[in-house]
Amino acid sequence: MKRASLLQRGWVIVPILVALVITALLLLAFKVSPVEGFGAMIRGAFGDMSKTLSVTAFWVPMTLAAVGLVVSFTAGLWNIGVEGQIVMGAIAASWLALKLDVPRGLLIPLEMLAAMAAGAIWAGIVAVLKTRGKVHEIFGGLAFNNLAIIFTNYLISGPWQPPEGGTFRGTSPFPDKALLPLLGDSRLSPISVVMVIVAVVGVFLILRGTAWGLKLKALGKNPDSAFLLGVSSERETILALMLCGALAGLGGAVRVTSWFDSLRQSISGGIGYLALLVVMLSAFRVAIVPFVSFFFSAVLNGSITLQLRTQLHSALGGILTGVMVLLVLLFGDIRTLRILPGQRRKKAVPDE
Amino acid sequence: MNDSELVRVLASIVLQATPLTIAVCGETITERAGVVNLSLDGTMLLSAMAGFVAAYESSSVWVGFLVAGLVGALFALIVAFGSIRLRKDQFAVGFVLTLLGDELSAFLGQNYTRIPGPHVSHLGIPLLKDIPILGPIFFDHDPLVYFAFVLVAVTWWWMFRSQPGLQLRSAGERPEAGFARGVNINRLRYLYTIIGGALVGIAGAAYSLDIKLGWSEGLTRGLGWIALAIVIFGGWSPIRGMAGALLFGASKALAAALQRRFPEVSVVAFNATPWVLMILVLLLVGSDATERLIQIVPRRYQRRLRQILRVRAPAALGTVFVPGETGED
Amino acid sequence: MQLQIKGIRKYFGDVKANDGISLTLQPGKIYGLLGENGAGKSTLMKVLSGYHKPDSGEITLGKEGVRFDSPAEALASGIGMIYQDPLDVPSMRILDNYLLGRDRKVLLDRAEALQELRQTARRVGFEVDPQAFIDTLTLGERQQLELLRLLAMGAEVLILDEPTTGISGEQKEELFDSIRKLATVEGKTVILVSHKLAEVQELCHHVFVLRKGKLVGEAEIPCLTEDLVRLMFEDVPPRTARVPHVRQEKALELQEVGIDGERLQVSGLSFDVQSGEVFGLAGLEGSGQRLLLQACAGLIHPSQGRIFLNGRDVTRFHFHRMRSQGVAYLPAGRLEEGLVAGLSLTEHIALATMDREFLIDWKRYVEETQRRIDRYQIVGQPETLVDELSGGNQQRALFALLRSPLQLMLLEHPTRGLDVRSADWIWQLLMQRVEDGAAILFMSADLDELIERSDRIAAFSGGRMSRIVQAQETTAEELGYLIGGER
Repeated sequence: MKRASLLQRGWVIVPILVALVITALLLLAFKVSPVEGFGAMIRGAFGDMSKTLSVTAFWVPMTLAAVGLVVSFTAGLWNIGVEGQIVMGAIAASWLALKLDVPRGLLIPLEMLAAMAAGAIWAGIVAVLKTRGKVHEIFGGLAFNNLAIIFTNYLISGPWQPPEGGTFRGTSPFPDKALLPLLGDSRLSPISVVMVIVAVVGVFLILRGTAWGLKLKALGKNPDSAFLLGVSSERETILALMLCGALAGLGGAVRVTSWFDSLRQSISGGIGYLALLVVMLSAFRVAIVPFVSFFFSAVLNGSITLQLRTQLHSALGGILTGVMVLLVLLFGDIRTLRILPGQRRKKAVPDE
Repeated sequence: MNDSELVRVLASIVLQATPLTIAVCGETITERAGVVNLSLDGTMLLSAMAGFVAAYESSSVWVGFLVAGLVGALFALIVAFGSIRLRKDQFAVGFVLTLLGDELSAFLGQNYTRIPGPHVSHLGIPLLKDIPILGPIFFDHDPLVYFAFVLVAVTWWWMFRSQPGLQLRSAGERPEAGFARGVNINRLRYLYTIIGGALVGIAGAAYSLDIKLGWSEGLTRGLGWIALAIVIFGGWSPIRGMAGALLFGASKALAAALQRRFPEVSVVAFNATPWVLMILVLLLVGSDATERLIQIVPRRYQRRLRQILRVRAPAALGTVFVPGETGED
Repeated sequence: MQLQIKGIRKYFGDVKANDGISLTLQPGKIYGLLGENGAGKSTLMKVLSGYHKPDSGEITLGKEGVRFDSPAEALASGIGMIYQDPLDVPSMRILDNYLLGRDRKVLLDRAEALQELRQTARRVGFEVDPQAFIDTLTLGERQQLELLRLLAMGAEVLILDEPTTGISGEQKEELFDSIRKLATVEGKTVILVSHKLAEVQELCHHVFVLRKGKLVGEAEIPCLTEDLVRLMFEDVPPRTARVPHVRQEKALELQEVGIDGERLQVSGLSFDVQSGEVFGLAGLEGSGQRLLLQACAGLIHPSQGRIFLNGRDVTRFHFHRMRSQGVAYLPAGRLEEGLVAGLSLTEHIALATMDREFLIDWKRYVEETQRRIDRYQIVGQPETLVDELSGGNQQRALFALLRSPLQLMLLEHPTRGLDVRSADWIWQLLMQRVEDGAAILFMSADLDELIERSDRIAAFSGGRMSRIVQAQETTAEELGYLIGGER
């Protein structure tokens, strides 16, 4: 194994800077000075303690989903269904929060477990559709994302609508005992940060040190060989997706019990899709995921402030992260660009 | 008779299915060449926005379609460049573009939402539109509908009845064979990916300039994915793809009619139709259960039935082709 | 047209695949190109047919020097190559496949192409059904089609790369007849790349021998086979003597087994394989022997009958359960289906040998891997990724992955594409397993290998299994009849 040179390691900065420049040009095109625009974003993310706590609170569910996605990506699976798994987790937690009358110490763990189970089941359906029905997980996942969102809308406008009448916006607020304890008047719960830490460490250890992790790795790289080496592709595919779904579902529970206090129409609002981008930008390495995810969270929260200050659409944050992922994906590895001298792709020696 | 309810519904299905038909046809061309452009959903949103803005500013729908086509071609070029030159995961590039197109359309189109703009005008074909029943269903629309008909026919002929079509299919089925016969595989893949992308762009603009009249955020969200699923259902054939688009339109019309008929059933059931349908058709064409069903019927009908029910993806779909490294023994 | 190759060099990194090769080829003659694996035969032919550009050296056709940027350019100059795996499009009809790339026009002239195809076929003595799909044809028929296409495109020099692998004896005779006709009557130059000495002796007029990227000798045919062997290998490889290890215990027993394949039905299989026995399966590709191996491995389930392993009914066991019972299966596409690119040797050993453990003891597996690296003479470290190994070492790695003890080994073409020396090494490894009591059931297209390595042999033809013959008493001729479905 060759050691990457400094240039190879540092190169990834270049596409990131280019992404910032492109975003700056967009700001200029809409007659906002980049200094003012980026300034507003940074102030929006870190301007005071409450903003930073808000960034952290947004970061928690996204990171949980992203950590789960590292598992499914390792097994070579495109779990686009993660968005729906977050939503189903949120629905399951909301169900207990609204309907179950037990003490707080019991209710909250039950909510989390139910959310994980719901996310895992939703992912499991997609997995079985893939292994048994030959429906690619991208299509299965996508359909079940939309079904989960439609189901949410049904619940909000139907059985779970607040007594004062359906507003299509959300259920009535949960009782206090169903909500995670929050830090001051922020939307961040310390317990949820612990969940993230456990998830990151857990997934890191699973992939590094367990037989199951090794099987997933083999499955992701060559399913045919993995099968003949004794890896049950069906079982591991289902389990990998279900673990991812469980973590995503947990993220959904955190959304309804700390970020919000009720089940809302866009309960996830694309966090799952963002988590997919986070994992890609992290080069599928779980140790990097929390940091990249924090950056995403800062950008997206910052861009909401940007919208308030400049009337520019907050989609700019999504554009910045999207362009960045695209450029890093395409140009982030200098070795594949074949632009350095003596770096022509080494030709394979043919076997005769 | 020409004014009957049924004829009107059928005519509206043909109209509604037009953009989807164009998008499916474009992606079918791309995938037949061996490239998956997964970015359809984002491409259609961005080009729907760009097409509307361009048409609005220039007061010409044709400028709008041109710009939309260019936007689609540009996104397709990124996919092709990423996978052919840089050898990156096509799904990853396409997926990022899906999200990026969505965000870009929301941001760039923010000042053009929900305003009236130019749209494609109605143009019945003389004589043909007077044919009973068929006339109003197929030939009393706007030019875009006829464009879709012609596009499907020409694409089919090109793919299955012309020399360049054989070369196109070889790029998706067995690039080594095409290369050995002098076909520049990667150039073809660039070309057809870009053409396919341009058609997807035109399909996007067909929503904002024809079917839905105007731009609003998330106008076509979800339809790109539907189109991708129809490409599979259509077995990578433009004609079957068009049938798939029509079937999809028909099922939506049916759902809407049922909703009117049974107002007591929740609207949820009807919103879920496209997605449930998507899973069902993919199960039909792909799962082993269908194969077992086919085995039940008498042997001599099996081949025919299999052709109707099952599909097979181009063998080299999504693979990298490196000239000179092939034909290894 | 005279073809001259002068001083061709082609290096891949540090590997000198062709190191200054010069040949002169005359029209109307059939040349053999011999050499063991890695001698540089295929590289040289790929340079000649436009797939590789040489680092230096020149090719002269007639009086003109030529340079090819692609195989199409080489064919335009009259040099065409037929691969073991023909370069056609399996999902197309024969006529479409024939038309592909035939000209640069948009419109297809089907009628003209059809006539041309029929005419060329008649000239060489082949029969074709232009409307049939390529993927319904046998390998031999696909090779014939490629030959027709090259001829119609005006090829004057025809290169055939191991053309007789996987085709029937009858098809081989047909092919050889047409090649002779093409050379003697039409004055084509034919190059036969092979490592089968008998074929070269049978067909060729003149033979070149390559070793380690250099031309080490040539001879007029007929010549002494021993001389050719000595040229190919610096020293003649000693054949390990065959010692039977058959024990009187049934390792595998089949009772009236029937299997439904996609295109083929196999029925009425009843036989047994003893512990320590090597049982060979002859037959053309797709005659049913592969289905049998897969059924014994639990990859597919028989539609009727029973399979016993050491007396235990394993008919409904699936692959992973069979694997834990001591059954090993090596598919034909070994490097694609056997190893995982991107994983290290240690990770492979861990995957292949771990039991129901939850945590992996990496230290233990690194030590185990080092032991196996030494035992199987793999050039590499425990942390080396398998895709960084050379082809030969990948092959060894694959055998290093086998678990012990093994009851039954199911092998598809265990030595296909290997030269005599490497094949012998593989068989030595296999015989060690047999000595320990494993039974081997293997299929091969090489009749000599079957006779030399097996204790008993059966042939498959159209889904039926022939009578079982003793390897010591049978001949290649008898096997040929059995493959043809005769009694």
